[in-house]
Amino acid sequence: MVKEMLTGNYAAAWGARLSEVDYVPAFPITPQTEIIETLSQWINDGEMNAKFTNMDSEHSMITAAGTAAATGARVFSATSSQGLLYGYEMLYNVTGWRVPLVLVNVSRGLSAPITLEPDHNDILSTRDSGFIQIHAETCQEVLDTILMAYRIAEDERVLLPVLINMDGFYLSFTREPVEIPCKDAVSRFLPEYNPKHAFFKASKPMSQGVAVLGGSAYSYFKYQMHLASLNVLTVHDEVAGEFKRIFGRSYSATEAFKIDDAEYVIIMSNSFTIKGKAAVNKFREKGLKAGLLRLRLIRPFPSTELKAFLRGKKAVAVIDQNISPGSGGILFKDVTTALYHDPDRPERILSFIGGLGGKDIGHAEFKHIVEEMEKSIETGIVPETQLLYTKNDLEHINNLLNIAGNPLEGLEN
Amino acid sequence: MSMKNAVYTKFKDISREEHISPGTALCTGCGGLLALRLAYKVLGENVVIVNAAGCFTLLSVYPYNPFSSSWMYTAMASAPAGAQGIRDALDILIKKGKLKSEENLKVVVLTGDGAANDIGLQSTSAAIHRGLDFHYFCYDNEAYSNTGFQMSSATPYGSRTATSLPGEINPQGTVQRKKDLFEIWRAHKPPYLATVSPSHPVDLSNKFEKASKFEGPKLFIALSPCPPGWSFGASNSVNIARLAVQTGIWPLKEAVYGEVKHTVIPKFKPVEKYLRTQNRYNHLFNPVKQVDVIDNIKKDVEQYWERYLDS
Repeated sequence: MVKEMLTGNYAAAWGARLSEVDYVPAFPITPQTEIIETLSQWINDGEMNAKFTNMDSEHSMITAAGTAAATGARVFSATSSQGLLYGYEMLYNVTGWRVPLVLVNVSRGLSAPITLEPDHNDILSTRDSGFIQIHAETCQEVLDTILMAYRIAEDERVLLPVLINMDGFYLSFTREPVEIPCKDAVSRFLPEYNPKHAFFKASKPMSQGVAVLGGSAYSYFKYQMHLASLNVLTVHDEVAGEFKRIFGRSYSATEAFKIDDAEYVIIMSNSFTIKGKAAVNKFREKGLKAGLLRLRLIRPFPSTELKAFLRGKKAVAVIDQNISPGSGGILFKDVTTALYHDPDRPERILSFIGGLGGKDIGHAEFKHIVEEMEKSIETGIVPETQLLYTKNDLEHINNLLNIAGNPLEGLEN
Repeated sequence: MSMKNAVYTKFKDISREEHISPGTALCTGCGGLLALRLAYKVLGENVVIVNAAGCFTLLSVYPYNPFSSSWMYTAMASAPAGAQGIRDALDILIKKGKLKSEENLKVVVLTGDGAANDIGLQSTSAAIHRGLDFHYFCYDNEAYSNTGFQMSSATPYGSRTATSLPGEINPQGTVQRKKDLFEIWRAHKPPYLATVSPSHPVDLSNKFEKASKFEGPKLFIALSPCPPGWSFGASNSVNIARLAVQTGIWPLKEAVYGEVKHTVIPKFKPVEKYLRTQNRYNHLFNPVKQVDVIDNIKKDVEQYWERYLDS
C-alpha cells in the first residue's frame, strides 16, 4: 500500500469519501475550509455520490446535518472554533435526536482575542453535549477515526453523533504520509448505512425532537444518552479490534507510550502529544523513567483504563491545552476524578496549562514539568496549576506591549 | 375578488378530511391553528412539518401528536435549515435508490412571527435563496405569544405587549411599525408567496392549491388572532380576523415570482372598529382617546392601499 502526503484536512475529506456519506451540509471557517472545498469538488465532479449544500451558518449547518441524519442519510460535516460555538445550540439538539452523524472539528483558540492557531477550549466546551469525542494525533488517525466513528455512531447500542478533533495548522495544514485504504477493505469494515430508527417517509410517519413536560420524562431521555455514551467504551474497543484486523493499524481509547515501567507520566491530547513523546524519549536516554498517556477518547471518558495505566506511578502531570478561567485545566478534573478512589493511585497529580492559541511547548517546558513532579515527591507539596510560559514568551509579549504603547499615556493631563 | 381558475369557489368545496386531531395543548380559539388546519386539507398527509420554537411546539408533547403525518422539532432559529436537511436527504436517498419515490414527503416549515421576522430571518432568507422546495407557514400573532406576549418585529404600531407597555414615555405602546416580511421575502423573488387569514378559508385553500404547482419556496403568512395575547374572547377569532381583512389592516395578497396581486379588495370598514375588538389596543381609547396614534394607524392603512389601488 502506497502512502500519500496528505494534510489533515485532506485526510478528513478522504475519510468522508471512503465512508460513502450521502450528505454534506457546509459552511466555511479557517482552518477547516479545505475539508469542505475538497468534498465540494469531489461531489461536483461525480467522484462522490452525495449531496453538498452550502449553508448560511454553522447553526443552520448542524441543524440540516441532524435532520438529514434523522431522515436516514449518512451525514458528514466539519467546522472549527467560533463555528462550533455558533452552532452550539444544535449540538445538544442533534444528540437528543440520537442521530449518528460525524462532525470534524479543527481546533482553533476562541475569540476574544480572535486568533487562528489551536487550543481545545472550542471542542471541550461541547464535552457535555452528548457527542462522542475522539481527539486525533496524526493525519492518518484523522482518516481512520472517521471510518471508525460511523461504526461507533451507527451501532444500535450507541446512536449518538461523533465529534472528531484535530489541531488547526499542526494537522489541518501539515502534510504527513497517509495510507488511503482501498474501497473494498472499507466496505468490509463499514457497510452501507441502513438505519432502523431514522426515517421520514410517507409510509411511516414519525415524530422527532418532541417536547416533554416534566422532569421524569426529561431525566429518562437524558440518562439514556449517558448510558449510550458509556456503551462506547465497549463498542470502541470492538470496532478498533476489527479495524486492526482489516487495516493493521491499532487504536485504543487511551494511548500508552512507554508507560509500563514509567514512574513519571505526562498526560496530553491531540497533535502536541508528539512533542511530549519526543521529550519522553530524551528523558529515557538520560535514564529517567518517564512515560506518556494520550487521551484519545474524551467522551465517554475511559476512567477504568486510565486507572489501570496509572496504578502505582509516582507522579502524573496533566497538560491541558485549554483553560477554564477561575478553575484551571479542564481534563485535569476528569483525570483526578478517575483516580481518586483507586487505593494505588499515583502519589502526586500535577496540573499544567500549555499550548494556548498554538503556543509551542518546548523541551525546556517538559523538563520543568518532570522536575516539578520530582520536587513534589521529595517535598510532599503539590504546586498550584502552572502556565507553561517561557522567558522567550515573556520577551515576545513585552516587545508587543512596548510597540502598542501604554494606553494610559497622554490621559494624565 | 375571485381567483382565476380557482379550485375552491365556496366553503363546501373544502375537504372534510382532517389531518390534525382536536384536543391539542394550544389555546382555545387560536387563529393560527385554524389556518394550519385549513392548509393541511390542501397539503394532504404526506407531509413532514419542521417546527421552529414557538406556540406550536406544544402541538407535539410526548407521547402525543395530533398529526396524521411526520413532525420534526428543530430550534427557534433554524427550522428552514432543518427543512433543507430533510429535503436534501429525501432527494439523495431517492436518487441512490435507498428510498422509493412514493415515500417522498412535502417539507413544511412551521414558525411563529418572532422566529420568521427576528431570530430565524437569516435561515429563512438562505433557504429561499437556495431555492429550497418547501412550504413555509408563518402563524403571525404579532408578538412572542408563547412566552407571554412580548414585542416582536411583527408587532404593529400602537399594540400593547408585555415588553412595550404603554406608559409615560411611550403612551402608544409599541413605537415601531410592523416589519414588512412579505416584501422582504418578495425581494428574493420566490415562485410563490401569499398572505392568508383563517376568516377566508376559500382564499386560503386556493392559495395553497396554486402554490403546489410551483417547485421552490412557497411562503405563507397567516394572520393568527391570539385570544390571550390580543386579549379578546376566544369565540371571536374568526370575526376579528375577518375585520382585519375588511378594514384593510391585513391585505390578502399573493406574489408569483415577485408580481403582487391582491386577492381580496376590502370595502374599508373603519380601522377603529378593528382596534376596539382587542384589549391590546385598549390604551388607545381609555382613559383618554389617543387620536394621533389612531390617526397614524389609519394613515398607514390608507397609504398602503393607495399604492395598490392607484396602479
